[in-house]
Amino acid sequence: MNRILTFLILGSIAVFASGAIEGEIAKQALNVPAIVMFVIFVGATLGITYWAAKRTKSAKDFYTAGGGITGFQNGMAIAGDYMSAASFLGISGLVYFKGYDGLIYSIGFLVGWPIILFMIAEPLRNLGKYTFADVASYRLRQTPIRILAAFGSIATVILYLIAQMVGSGKLIQLLFGLQYEVAVVLVGVLMILYVTFGGMLATTWVQIIKAFLLLSGATFMAIAVMAHYDFSFGSLFAHATELKGVEIMSPGGLVSDPISAISLAIALMFGVAGLPHILMRFFTVSDAKEARKSVFYATGFIGYFYILTFIIGFGAIVMVLGNPQYLDVAKQAIDGGQPILGGNNMAAIHLSHAVGGDFFLGFISAVAFATILAVVSGLTLAGASAISHDLYASVIKKGNVDSLKEMQVSKIATVVLGIVAIIMGIMFEKQNIAFVVGLAFAIAASANFPILFLSMYWRKLTTRGALIGGSMGLATAVLLVILGPIVWVDILGNATAIFPYKYPALFSVIVAFLGIWFFSITDKSQNAKDEEAAFEAQFIRSQTGIGADGATSH
Amino acid sequence: MHKDLVEKIKNDPNYKELVSKRSSFSLKLTISMLVVYFAFILTIAFSPSLLGTPLSEGSVTTIGIPIGMAVIIFAFVITGIYTKRANGEFDDLNNKIKDAVKEH
Repeated sequence: MNRILTFLILGSIAVFASGAIEGEIAKQALNVPAIVMFVIFVGATLGITYWAAKRTKSAKDFYTAGGGITGFQNGMAIAGDYMSAASFLGISGLVYFKGYDGLIYSIGFLVGWPIILFMIAEPLRNLGKYTFADVASYRLRQTPIRILAAFGSIATVILYLIAQMVGSGKLIQLLFGLQYEVAVVLVGVLMILYVTFGGMLATTWVQIIKAFLLLSGATFMAIAVMAHYDFSFGSLFAHATELKGVEIMSPGGLVSDPISAISLAIALMFGVAGLPHILMRFFTVSDAKEARKSVFYATGFIGYFYILTFIIGFGAIVMVLGNPQYLDVAKQAIDGGQPILGGNNMAAIHLSHAVGGDFFLGFISAVAFATILAVVSGLTLAGASAISHDLYASVIKKGNVDSLKEMQVSKIATVVLGIVAIIMGIMFEKQNIAFVVGLAFAIAASANFPILFLSMYWRKLTTRGALIGGSMGLATAVLLVILGPIVWVDILGNATAIFPYKYPALFSVIVAFLGIWFFSITDKSQNAKDEEAAFEAQFIRSQTGIGADGATSH
Repeated sequence: MHKDLVEKIKNDPNYKELVSKRSSFSLKLTISMLVVYFAFILTIAFSPSLLGTPLSEGSVTTIGIPIGMAVIIFAFVITGIYTKRANGEFDDLNNKIKDAVKEH
């Protein structure tokens, strides 16, 4: 704990000092500090990539950074994966716009972590090598389960990548004045460089550095806001309600009915436990002990971050709202009200300017850019692992492939995924992509998670059950998202949704579990009997880690 | 893993103790997290105004604020509780199981 505190306090002091000195830089030169700091970040991370490249000699190094990341470092990296630009800007923007609802949303994102620790982290570390499909297919038939798991991983990764690329293009356009296409290509190219040359080691350190910068910057903003109110939440809230009304202090319309509430909760909780780029991080630590510490630190960092975003959102209400400097006059002329430049998601960015001037605005903009880079790198590595380890090495080559060749395929897959991400980013620029992250979580919760969870704990799971049930969960999730209000009404322009709820997880997760259960218990084949007989040995390894060390070093 | 080894570990009293203690502990903690979170989210779904009750007469701060913060802190604290016990007591048991296997 002490370590985290010192870390954060030192970080925020460093930032505080520089913000205070440089705060008076001439107005309107707003892009220069941002670009300078971003260039420094890119230079430093490319240096790390060069260092990591020399240490990345085998597939194990490439996928897991050699397995030598500590629990603390991994906790920071996991938190970094989770603290994307979308969650930093999106949640603080939601707090700015709706107050308390932003807190409800962030709590939903957090509570999956304890469950991952209690149920998933340890067996995952003890059974797996590079991907979660290692665990799912441990005692089941390799080919079909790997294909399904890889499909679930790649689908989740690509959806997530689309959201990140489109978001990054728009954000960078706004912050740095770069053209949308230039921004998307820049992100794609840098990400390909990090991942192909530096593998997991570079990806992890880029993520750790960014998480540190983001937490420091957010800490500084929160402290600056609180300092205005003598560190009294009561006065901050009192001032905010004068500007926006008392309703921002209570739950609003985010969770309107019980079904949506439960469905969103399930998507967030089980979705996290099925995100391949998060699960992959558990293979970078040496053993189950470090895996547990990772989750402990990650939960702490993420929880702390959400408390900061809550303060930042309120800070934006009192310091950005109504400030003519940030008012979007053109939009106000049409819609009235007090719209801010760039929309609600820019609340945190404007606040950074309000508390720290141009220099700090530059810092936060550069951090936001860095955040996007770090998150897309992790995603791409997870997707590339699914292609090279699950599809190429395990399905096509049946495990008979040397480590170097597998790493090469992984690098090719990274380049291909990077290019796909760039193309998708450009294609989807003008599209409404509000559904893609929800869909990614729904797929992760309904296809990846049930198979992974039951393969660890349920003796009677069979290949047939996992395959049919997992596919049913996947299909249900996709179908219900298409028929739901976001796609069917908002995008396709129909009058009413066929499926009335925004979040399908409650239904698709139940379909997946029921499907897996039914098609497993009715499976009377010899294969099913063998798979049941193999459970004991797998369970012992998942509980004790005996045999895991032998399998990870080769 | 060899069949003999599986049988040996399966019948190791330390293994039985580890599995039963850890399973019940993680189950209890999982359920407590689910209860806390679902109590929070269902309160919002069924009775949104409840969390909008002011902390005290005339205060704009609602009870929803400390309750929300408490859920975040609770999630962090129980991961700490689990990690502490698992990295101490459970790992000690686990090491005994591993040592017994080495002698084998």
